[in-house]
Amino acid sequence: MSAISRDDVAHLASLARIELTEQELNDYAGQLDVILTAVASISEVAADDIPPTTHAVPVVNVFRDDVVTPSLDRDSVLDHAPAAEDGRFRVPRILDEE
Amino acid sequence: MSAPLIDFDEVIANFDPVLGLEVHVELGTASKMFCGCATEFGAEPNTQVCPTCLGLPGSLPVVNGTAVESAIRIGLALNCSIASWCRFARKNYFYPDMPKNFQTSQYDEPICFEGYLDVDVETDEGTRTFRVEIERAHMEEDTGKSLHVGGSTGRIHGADFSLVDYNRAGIPLIEIVTKPLEGAGKYAPEVAKAYVGALRDLLRGLGVSDVKMEQGSLRCDVNLSLRTSPDAPLGTRTETKNVNSLRSVERAIRYEMQRQAALLTDGTAIIQETRHWHEDTGVTTSGRVKSDAEDYRYFPEPDLVPVAPSAEWIEQLRSQLPEPPAERSKRLREEWGISEKEMQSVINAGALDLVLATIAEGADPAASRKWWLGELARRANDEGVELESLAITAKQVADLEGLVQSGRLNDKLARQVIDGVLAGEGEPAAVADSRGLQIVSDDSALLEAITAAIEADPDAAQKIRDGKVAATGALVGSVMKATKGQADAARVRELVLQELGQ
Amino acid sequence: MSDLIHASAVELAAQIANKTVSAIEVTQAHLDRIAEVDGRVNAFLHVDADGALEQARAVDHAVASGQALSPLAGVPLALKDVLTQTGVPTTAGSKILEGWRPPYDATVVERLRDAGVVILGKTNMDEFAMGSSTENSAYGPTHNPWDLERIPGGSSGGSAAAVSAYEAPLAIGTDTGGSIRQPAAVTGIVGAKPTYGAVSRYGLVAFSSSLDQAGPFARTVVDTALLHSVIAGHDPRDSTSIKEPVPDVVGAAKSADVSNMRIGVVRELSGEGYQPGVQARFDEAVELLRAQGAEIVEISCPSFTYALGAYYLIAPSECSSNLARFDAMRFGLRTDDNGELSAEDVMRHTRAAGFGPEVKRRIILGTYALSSGYYDAYYGQAQKVRTLITRDFEAAWASVDVLISPTTPTEPFRIGERVNDPVAMYKADLCTLPSSLYGGPAISVPIGLGDENLPVGLQVMAPVMADDQVYRVAGAVEKALAQQWGGLLLDQAVAL
Repeated sequence: MSAISRDDVAHLASLARIELTEQELNDYAGQLDVILTAVASISEVAADDIPPTTHAVPVVNVFRDDVVTPSLDRDSVLDHAPAAEDGRFRVPRILDEE
Repeated sequence: MSAPLIDFDEVIANFDPVLGLEVHVELGTASKMFCGCATEFGAEPNTQVCPTCLGLPGSLPVVNGTAVESAIRIGLALNCSIASWCRFARKNYFYPDMPKNFQTSQYDEPICFEGYLDVDVETDEGTRTFRVEIERAHMEEDTGKSLHVGGSTGRIHGADFSLVDYNRAGIPLIEIVTKPLEGAGKYAPEVAKAYVGALRDLLRGLGVSDVKMEQGSLRCDVNLSLRTSPDAPLGTRTETKNVNSLRSVERAIRYEMQRQAALLTDGTAIIQETRHWHEDTGVTTSGRVKSDAEDYRYFPEPDLVPVAPSAEWIEQLRSQLPEPPAERSKRLREEWGISEKEMQSVINAGALDLVLATIAEGADPAASRKWWLGELARRANDEGVELESLAITAKQVADLEGLVQSGRLNDKLARQVIDGVLAGEGEPAAVADSRGLQIVSDDSALLEAITAAIEADPDAAQKIRDGKVAATGALVGSVMKATKGQADAARVRELVLQELGQ
Repeated sequence: MSDLIHASAVELAAQIANKTVSAIEVTQAHLDRIAEVDGRVNAFLHVDADGALEQARAVDHAVASGQALSPLAGVPLALKDVLTQTGVPTTAGSKILEGWRPPYDATVVERLRDAGVVILGKTNMDEFAMGSSTENSAYGPTHNPWDLERIPGGSSGGSAAAVSAYEAPLAIGTDTGGSIRQPAAVTGIVGAKPTYGAVSRYGLVAFSSSLDQAGPFARTVVDTALLHSVIAGHDPRDSTSIKEPVPDVVGAAKSADVSNMRIGVVRELSGEGYQPGVQARFDEAVELLRAQGAEIVEISCPSFTYALGAYYLIAPSECSSNLARFDAMRFGLRTDDNGELSAEDVMRHTRAAGFGPEVKRRIILGTYALSSGYYDAYYGQAQKVRTLITRDFEAAWASVDVLISPTTPTEPFRIGERVNDPVAMYKADLCTLPSSLYGGPAISVPIGLGDENLPVGLQVMAPVMADDQVYRVAGAVEKALAQQWGGLLLDQAVAL
């Protein structure tokens, strides 16, 4: 388990789309290091042959029938959008291509 | 923007292409993958949305069982193994048309894996079968659609802002990924096209999707790299997106091969990037560079439980699969008494289902093939659309053929009726009525035109009287012209000969 | 102070049903109490007086027309602001959702409405339920009614404080790593985390999907069980919702019979780091249970030691993904959209302005734990530890019916005391994390006051879908202590 640098935090913040100040970058680098040290004990557990648990109660095949149910009223959705136009959500210009 | 290209033959002489195809199919389910919103194409923007497909806080997904069934059926038809236990995973990345900023997809546990699809391609040595190996087919959800407003091009670059419609967000998708396809050599573009075409026929046969490429319900991304020889290590690949017709699959690959070869010949390295295919200009342009920073942070979707199809369920679905397209085509070839090559041209034109539907509506096989591969194929080509997108149905073609059989129309008049049907003037019979199209069967009217034709061309008339029957053509032609094509040419010929004592 | 605010939910429902008092009067009494004390407690983010009175009126109408009533009809409730409710804002304690009014009701809210429960308003919480003190709310901390300088626990601190301050007899909280049980313990009330999947998560603003679970708060065990039975049950809109019928928690709470039960004391949840007063009250509670005929066994659960590590990898990982949707595009806050900045930059700026420090910290931590190259070492390993913890529980069930421990290692700390020490803060959840990771039910019930004269809770943990067992034990403890104290622990609090 490696130490987290300021640059690591900057990279993570970019993946997570959060603008962090220089102060925050440094603070989080230190704090994450402390947290990771505190949680590092889990790596001591030899668990190669242990299956992971992703759900508390194991259930499989929960499906719904292919039936159309009512959608939301468009106005009720767009009224709470930061910006809307022509029945659509208006968003700032998109730089990245998908 | 067009890049330097080198001649295709030269590409083949110096390079070996390796292909990979990723096809996204929108399933034709009534409701979305994880919620009950309708999936209808072309609805008013943001009228088919709910908390779940809008990714509103607190909303949760529930899997559409029919979508899972469709995925399994597709896998079985592609000769895949079906996972006895698999999960959905979250693919995390931010994009404004993706409501949750993660796509619910499958990662290392696809529902279908390790299959193949055999496709036939015409080569210099005759028809050759290429086996396209399928790596996986997995379930995921579609994104919304952005409209880029302002700027000069209307494209994403230079836009002032964008307007997003989430109706498409959450529509079930199956992504079918091939293994790297090697050894196709100069036939690589044709093999890719044949694969996508065969896949389309197979999916249509399964009834799981309307597979309309121009509406985006079947979308193809093409991975391509070149290497100097089949023994050389794989080259750097590009991923060309937005290849949305069968013809484009072939053209885009051909273009990318020529572009990459020109760069490599010049000693320039290929950049690993996404490229965009432009149907209008026939080129690909550079998109996003695939950087190492891309990190989707996949993890099992905690809001969903695993999918574990029982062996019984899988076998039941297998037993209900329709006849595979390849076997069906063999059977039909025998029934219709046509050659493999003729059959292939029906399939390549994307006409098989249309011909079958036309036969089902009462037309005979030969006539059905004639219309779809002849006149209608020409119209589709003129309009630059797929055959199936023409505004004429199999029933209308069958009706048209019925009018010809009954003697009301000849082929020339029938073509005019097609004009009318395509122009939205109604059913064939109604078009014929409203346009006044009808073979002139009244002999007296024809005789009047024949007399006029004889008077206008006494030389030809004399030749016929003298026994030179070949000269009949000229007179028949002018009668047909005079009757604006509404006469039965055979009957005109009979009457001309009779009139001139032959 | 009106007697109506001190009455239990059972008493209020009975009085409303037999027309001794109207639901309107009960609701108004609580609204008055909120007006009187909430300036000091800050339990509520939004009080919906009109909506509450309207719901109360409907109940009175039903009473008048002789309709059959649910057992909690007309009883007021405080709802944690992490559940969607139409007509009022849902903020999840965050600036990024300021002013957002969801277009749909959470399943829990639907069930409460159907049961005639009167929702007074939305309660304060740690932002997106991330915290153990309610100090991480963007809307200021909630104060512990026992000592306004102290934290009320978290993240459901507003709900716990509302019940403890007699602003509501019932409240809904959510528990991801202890966020119901820990606040219940430090405010001297009862709080239960049902089996994961017993209560629908539909409409619960997700923090950590595989752990989040809504549950009830009340001042008595029976009230808590009644609320549990109202909100639990299968919901087809939540794929992880359990189909099996809800155990008879009300019957178990009423029986309060532990004779012949085998109760395990978890060895790992004691010792260093546990305040002497907490340990002393716990030991007395164990003796109380033994005196009522329970067989007490010490049980070792070695993997519990790793619960903190596993939890602080799993929960941040899931939250980093769950909170990605707060991107300024479709709902909620949008900042710096000046026509110049791109969508990508507006997302960055809005998330920087809209999320508090703890939320950012956990998103960054979770992004790290899921990133390529680290997944196996962190998230993957944490899920395996979860399996080991589950195995410890299952091994325990071979010899005991329930496990018990203190709910928290310490009494509530002072507001501001641990804000700059995340790890110290995280340790408040040390005892509650194992059953969160396992998914079984757990409850906290008051067992007295510690060294600083502040409440101490007993945690009871049971097998998955044996929710009735935790109510049975909690009921027995409550009954025995009520005999000693002549009432509830809360009666010993200084009146606000």
